[in-house]
Amino acid sequence: MSLRSLPGILAAIVLFAFSLEGAAAPPDRSKPPQPGPAVPLRLPETSRLKLSNGIPVFLVERHKVPLAQVLVVLRGGASADPASRPGLASLTADLLDRGAGTRSALEISDLADTLGASVTAGAGWDTSSVGINVPVARLSEAIALLSDLVRNPTFPGEELERVRQERLTEMVQWKDDPAEIAVTAFARAVYGAHPYGRRPEGNPASMRSVTREDVRRYHAARYTPGAAAIVAVGDLRATEMLALLDRAFGSWSAGAPSPVSAPPAAPQISGRRIILVDKPDAPQSQIWIGRVGPPRSTPDYFALMVANTILGGSFTSRLNHNLRETKGYSYGAFSQFDYRISTGPFLASAAVQTDKTGPSLTEFFKELEAIREDVPADELARARNYTALRYPAGFETDAQVAGRVRDQFVYGLPDDYFNTYVSRIQAVTAAEVRRVTSQWIDPKNCAIVIVGDRRKIEPQVAALHLGPLTVRSIDEVLDVKGKSPNP
Amino acid sequence: MTLSPALFLSVFAAAAPALAQTAVPLPAPLPNASPSGPPGGPAAACPRIDVPYTQFQLANGLNVILHEDHTVPLVAVDVWFRVGSAREKPGRTGLAHLFEHILFEGSSHVKPGEFDKLLEGVGGDTDGSTNNDRTNYYEVLPANALELALFLESDRMGFLLDVLSPARVDQQRDVVKNERRQRIENQPYGSASIRIEEEVFPAGHPYHSPVIGSMEDLTAATHDDVAAFFRSFYSPVNASLVVSGDFQTEEARRRVESWFSDVAAGPRPPVLAAAPAVLAAEKRVTLEDRVQLPRLYMAWITPAQFHPGDEALDLLSSVLASGKNSRLYKRLVYDLQIAQDVSAVQDSRALGSMFLIAVTAREGHTLTEIERIVQEELDRVKREPPSARELERAVNQYEAGFYRALERNRDKADLLNAYDMEAGRPDYFNEDLARHRALDGRDVQSIARRQLPDDARVVLSVVPTGKTPLAATGAKGGSR
Repeated sequence: MSLRSLPGILAAIVLFAFSLEGAAAPPDRSKPPQPGPAVPLRLPETSRLKLSNGIPVFLVERHKVPLAQVLVVLRGGASADPASRPGLASLTADLLDRGAGTRSALEISDLADTLGASVTAGAGWDTSSVGINVPVARLSEAIALLSDLVRNPTFPGEELERVRQERLTEMVQWKDDPAEIAVTAFARAVYGAHPYGRRPEGNPASMRSVTREDVRRYHAARYTPGAAAIVAVGDLRATEMLALLDRAFGSWSAGAPSPVSAPPAAPQISGRRIILVDKPDAPQSQIWIGRVGPPRSTPDYFALMVANTILGGSFTSRLNHNLRETKGYSYGAFSQFDYRISTGPFLASAAVQTDKTGPSLTEFFKELEAIREDVPADELARARNYTALRYPAGFETDAQVAGRVRDQFVYGLPDDYFNTYVSRIQAVTAAEVRRVTSQWIDPKNCAIVIVGDRRKIEPQVAALHLGPLTVRSIDEVLDVKGKSPNP
Repeated sequence: MTLSPALFLSVFAAAAPALAQTAVPLPAPLPNASPSGPPGGPAAACPRIDVPYTQFQLANGLNVILHEDHTVPLVAVDVWFRVGSAREKPGRTGLAHLFEHILFEGSSHVKPGEFDKLLEGVGGDTDGSTNNDRTNYYEVLPANALELALFLESDRMGFLLDVLSPARVDQQRDVVKNERRQRIENQPYGSASIRIEEEVFPAGHPYHSPVIGSMEDLTAATHDDVAAFFRSFYSPVNASLVVSGDFQTEEARRRVESWFSDVAAGPRPPVLAAAPAVLAAEKRVTLEDRVQLPRLYMAWITPAQFHPGDEALDLLSSVLASGKNSRLYKRLVYDLQIAQDVSAVQDSRALGSMFLIAVTAREGHTLTEIERIVQEELDRVKREPPSARELERAVNQYEAGFYRALERNRDKADLLNAYDMEAGRPDYFNEDLARHRALDGRDVQSIARRQLPDDARVVLSVVPTGKTPLAATGAKGGSR
């Protein structure tokens, strides 16, 4: 693989017919063929319905493969974890299929496997989601199972112990993986004690101390019809699907959900600070540079999408072109804004060869400064096209569509969002790009996390005088022996 | 746009030059009602999968397969070259994969850097991948820009070497070395798969050396080596083009015929002959790595992709390690809680496959303990056939996974190419599914007996640096 599609990029639409005439004449290679006229993409319509208890339902019929994806979405995710229990939302989701209704963990797994179903349960920053992907021939059993997982989990004590050990072991394994170390150190460096300074999975101390009662209380408070929406996409018929869902979820009643308040806006970083995490003998250094970014609701969203495509959101982006294609220091460099309900991070990152750690940092900062200047027209046009016109590629699978509809619900995006995305991206001007980059990308005020072989890289980093440098051990970063869940 | 069901009906294969437009759409027998039988029982209906396609060959030998799917206004253009690391010579490993980088660096009519810029300018993405047997190159782009992908693919197939400079090659060598550092050397357990292949396939076998190549060979390859490799393997007679997505076949066909008409045929590479790899004994190997937890790998040589036994090994892998009730997961992770994870896979390949089991031990447990349980479960599956329920789980999971692989144009294009190359025709979908559905517990038992012998396998222990006593010592090993 060559990592040409960089992570963290979103996108957009269009379509056409070609204007074709003539047959196999030798081709004219003097210039690249131009695309035919664009026709706006129209997605299959989303039916917006309600169950008898008021749960909103979003249905999208797509008769392509005999599959369906059904997703129960609950407002409130890892950022609403109690300060003393980071990882609780994620742990609760993980335990749903470890005992529900009359079935044990093994019985649930047996049923799901027999249905050919893939069950996914997890918590992101802003939501918890429980999904099932299944051949439509077995949809009705699958939805009954899904309902049990969401409404009637039993949280057996022995299952909590199993998952606790599994997660603690996973956290031990983070020590091996430079990217896991970097993501942990980066969150802390940018956000400190703010909820986004944690990892959604929690930490060893919280995983050691969490109780079954914590999980039950969390479930009772957050898994309620008032916090829920259901998304169903695939080879289904809306009326039948609605009936199935109503049978499974329509009788779900519970008190109003505990209000979920979004985390406050995080204070912006002032000045530059460097955290160097020592990973002896690492042949590459992970470089993570970033700061606090805007929330998903920012009016700058479309301009930032285009700006990020130019900086590090595409293969030809400046960071990747510089660090990979020109210098050869790295297998790939990228940047992204991680949009959340509150102020998620901006990040520019690469894994670079150890002896080029200093030179790579120099190139990063060159690009972070340069993106704040005017962007040439051809580069801007290419970035707009790339960001806008690849949008349909995000609508190929049922799970992709369900995820996009979920985001629409969670972030309160307008009903016509998908069908206006392309034109909103195409309307972004050079002046807007300049304004948003000057505001949100500030290389003088950012955190720099480097995970690598200290002996070889500290002199290179220190020589650049980027800012005060703190060296941390891997154990400190991952808080392996930590007593307090919220240090 | 019209939403037209892509999966139903009417296959027409035309190896002949004339388009066999015989498509007769049939209503799709998609059962939407819930079955009244037991959940997931054999009564659950299985719709027939039909992926309509048109196949033809150009005068220069290029094989072409077109498949319309109007669900989303996209096309996937997918070129397979029948060349992977198996074609490399000792001392020059990594060339097929190096080309997976070089092929994006420009050709006679595409200036350096333009390949990606042109695609991004129309909203397209592109990538490639390399394995032992083949390399693939693809673009996914808006349907109105199909022609751009055809231009780019035909240009690099026909007109690459004229402009290939040593400097561009050297630059991509550096990138590949960083790819190797990132994916192998700085990745926990990253070196294990390379070591296993070295041990399973003897020196001289085409699968002995790693796909990504060695650092030494990547440095040593001369520009002439690189150019000669391209001339040998990257011609239309050794390639296959699949276009899947939102287009009209007749128009697309004309465009393909035009853009590839000036690409010279090139030499047909000799058939790759390799004596089947044989493991004569159990080999035990220990590898130290910068990891916290030891991991046990067991590997066997097994039947090639689509050859008899390949499908039973797929299901055996599921019976052993897929889901909480699978044999190894339930014993090691769920009941005994001495392992963190287990996996099993039939890694299917053209010249002979590899069946692989991997288990990561929990803290405080040795790989000898782990191995003893794995061995007990291997003995058990050889002694008595898996139950009907175990088979049903495995088959139903396989079927669902199969449908999921048909959702994206890019994946479908890859399947059409894979079936055509390895099974002899693009529309092997139903046969592929049927060969799995036809199996019962005794088939799985007997494949385990025949293909997973205790005395012809590789047992690799990856242990934390300095902790070799954690390695698996075998059935006769102590119980420390």
